[in-house]
Amino acid sequence: MTVDKKDVDELEELRTMLRGAIPPVPEEEPGRDLWPLMLQRLERDQGQWFSHVPWFDWALIGAAGAVLVFFPALIPALLYHL
Amino acid sequence: MDVLERFATGDLDAFESLFRQYQRDVYGWILRIVRNPAAAEELTVETFWRLYRSRARLDPTGNCAGWLRRVATNAAIDHLRRARPVEPLESDPPDRTRPDCVEQQELRAAIRGALDALPPKLRVVVRLALIEDEPYWSIAQALGISESAVKLRIFRARRILQKHLQQRGVTP
Repeated sequence: MTVDKKDVDELEELRTMLRGAIPPVPEEEPGRDLWPLMLQRLERDQGQWFSHVPWFDWALIGAAGAVLVFFPALIPALLYHL
Repeated sequence: MDVLERFATGDLDAFESLFRQYQRDVYGWILRIVRNPAAAEELTVETFWRLYRSRARLDPTGNCAGWLRRVATNAAIDHLRRARPVEPLESDPPDRTRPDCVEQQELRAAIRGALDALPPKLRVVVRLALIEDEPYWSIAQALGISESAVKLRIFRARRILQKHLQQRGVTP
């Protein structure tokens, strides 16, 4: 028996054993209409737009806010450059 | 303008059309991997959500079914990484032609245990190739790897499974 043949036989044995213990899943449809769930997911996520803003963007906004609070003299300079 | 083009512009009706067209295929594919109907439903929604989020980058001339299957596979693998070992499906009945003796039940449990002990990436390949009889090319496409890589994963999985089964006193 060649190595390839032995390999194929071993794989077939394993396949038979696995399928004996765990039968293939029959063709199935979802138990319910999933579109309403999809809509819920869309609504939920649109309500949480801020959760998609990366943390470093929040950090940048915070740092810019802090600079303006602690150094209000910079505001005219900032407006001048806008 | 076709459905994909309308979807890319954010048309919700077009998204619903796509959802209804592909949800059965996506659900069925995920169920074959996770073997849990509730999780498969949740992951189907997750897959379409990922599609919706990247609609602006979607190529309207591309293969939507193939893209969805790949995203669904990744979502299912993520789920396997997080989830506990699956319980047998209700459609996994004991063999009714013979009395199901304790020994057979133990054997099945040992095989399930050995499969669940595999890393998710190998488990997916074993479930799809050896249990569900999916062709290697289809698995390769869904995982975004070559057919040789699929064969290699099966080889590695086989070695690990044999070792686990031998430890449990089962000789494949």
